[in-house]
Amino acid sequence: MTTTTSAPRTRRGRRARLPYVLLIPAVAVLAVGMGYPVYWQITTSLHTYGLAQQFGQPAPFVGLANYTRILGDERLWAVVVRSVLFCLVNAFLTVGIGVGVALLMRAVNRIVRVVLQVSMLLAWAMPMVAAVTVWKWLFDWRTGVVNWLLVQLGATSYDQHNWFAQPLSFFFVASVIIVWMSVPFVALSVFAALTQVPDEVVEAARIDGAGPVATFRWITVPMIRPVLAIVLLLQIIWDLRVFAQIRLLQDSGAPVSETNLLGNFIFELGIGRQDFASAAAVSILVLALTVLVSWPYVRSLLKEDRS
Amino acid sequence: MSATVRVRAGAAARPAAADRPDATVRSRRTGVRRLAGRVLAGLVAVAVSLVWVFPVYWMLLSALTPNARLRAMPPTFWPSAATWSNLRDVITGTSFATALRMSLAVTGLTVLVVLGFAFLAALAISRFRFRGRTAFVLTVLIVQMLPAEGLFIAQYKMLSATGLLNSVIGISVLYTAAIVPFTIWMLRGFVEGVPADLEEAAMIDGLSRTQAFWRITLPLLAPGLVASGVYAFLQAWNEFTVALVALPAESAQTLPLWLRGFLAASANKGVDWGQVMAASTLLAVPVIIFFLVVQSRMTSGLVSGAVKG
Repeated sequence: MTTTTSAPRTRRGRRARLPYVLLIPAVAVLAVGMGYPVYWQITTSLHTYGLAQQFGQPAPFVGLANYTRILGDERLWAVVVRSVLFCLVNAFLTVGIGVGVALLMRAVNRIVRVVLQVSMLLAWAMPMVAAVTVWKWLFDWRTGVVNWLLVQLGATSYDQHNWFAQPLSFFFVASVIIVWMSVPFVALSVFAALTQVPDEVVEAARIDGAGPVATFRWITVPMIRPVLAIVLLLQIIWDLRVFAQIRLLQDSGAPVSETNLLGNFIFELGIGRQDFASAAAVSILVLALTVLVSWPYVRSLLKEDRS
Repeated sequence: MSATVRVRAGAAARPAAADRPDATVRSRRTGVRRLAGRVLAGLVAVAVSLVWVFPVYWMLLSALTPNARLRAMPPTFWPSAATWSNLRDVITGTSFATALRMSLAVTGLTVLVVLGFAFLAALAISRFRFRGRTAFVLTVLIVQMLPAEGLFIAQYKMLSATGLLNSVIGISVLYTAAIVPFTIWMLRGFVEGVPADLEEAAMIDGLSRTQAFWRITLPLLAPGLVASGVYAFLQAWNEFTVALVALPAESAQTLPLWLRGFLAASANKGVDWGQVMAASTLLAVPVIIFFLVVQSRMTSGLVSGAVKG
């Protein structure tokens, strides 16, 4: 800009630049904290990264060799199948139970509803590490409440039963914890949506002879479908990235290689074995999968922004 | 659908159909059946409440119970021999103070920086239309979905290359980058809720743009800033995954890492669950308090975006 520019034009110029100036700090921190790691992983996944490179040797470019190697690895596929299964089972369980709890909140009187809502909120508020620690104690083999209760109910084989030794019962405990932690969000969101279904419509359906099940299926579900869809999508996205709960439960002596999910697999490859090229390749695949699965959610948010 | 999620979860529902006068014309049999249904629903609801609240109750109760009693079978489900010794032992242990200091430093720094950065960005995208705006919004929305597990190997390498492993600054940068996107999105809604006309009216009345901002807009945004701040606090305070790779040294542990280590150390000599639950309680109590303050906003923030429009 030259010095001859008149004052009003300068002000307009400053005004046009202002939004970009306001974005600088956020863009900078995202570039450092997220952008650079993504860039590093892409380049690392396209090069050899062995012991020599750890000590500063140049890394030869190998194209997609890391990807083909990792995609040919049975261990990866075992982890992928396990992760997807675990994710889907937990997401559908969580949404199913959450909708059930939301319907309960609608069906009961005010006092019971408040009790239910407060319990949900307390469970939701528990920090993840604290929640896993408490559940570990509930499932403790020697003095845990769960084993004690099962024995009282007649299942005497659960006396001193170790839940973490077998992969299947390990994942059962992990699912209990994740469903317990995730149901409150679903229940409260769906309940908020249910309160918006007009009573007149439900009443009209009943007068037309629809039973409670038909009313729910043909009136309630279509009206709360947008919330159901988004809640299910978010659960799938969140349950695909379960890492910490598994890591913490593995501390209880579980067979690690048989209980790893995708995040744990990356951790083991990278931090554990220092195989950064493979870890970077798997990370990129996980990021691509996340973007793919989250796309409907991102698009709906973007649509909201445009309106 | 925009109204759907604005309603607080706790808002009173409309009166149920059974309470209405037109229900009286129905046969008594339907009435009895409906009453039975309501009683059953009430019983199920109480059972569900018990299942969901029990772990929280059990944590608090165990924290206040001597370990000898916790080891005894059958377990006691109500307070019988309350003691503060578990909590006292944990608090006076040296590792707790170190971890608490670390957590406070990391969380405090993260919350302040996140709020500042996100507020400026939210102003930009809600008050201005400019080239590249959609690209920025799209980036923010995608970045907030990226899982820490897909990035932490690179973040670990980045911090170790710059000598920032185990430092408050290093992990705070990672936390800020992870938390800023959703906070921008959250604050954007609040900023749009304050009409720009209000600011302009104040300027016509003789305030400068800066004055109008400080005296009119900012006070109206205070609830949004508080909600976003609590959101950022909860994220940073509870975070485990990134901390696990960014803070490998025991002396640099935040509280979630410390709790994990506390349990592991206790396991070596037969777990002292009373102390472990006291440690969990110390991590959880501030969170539960903050969470109850802010939860309604968080529910609507997460879902509303998707439902509106």
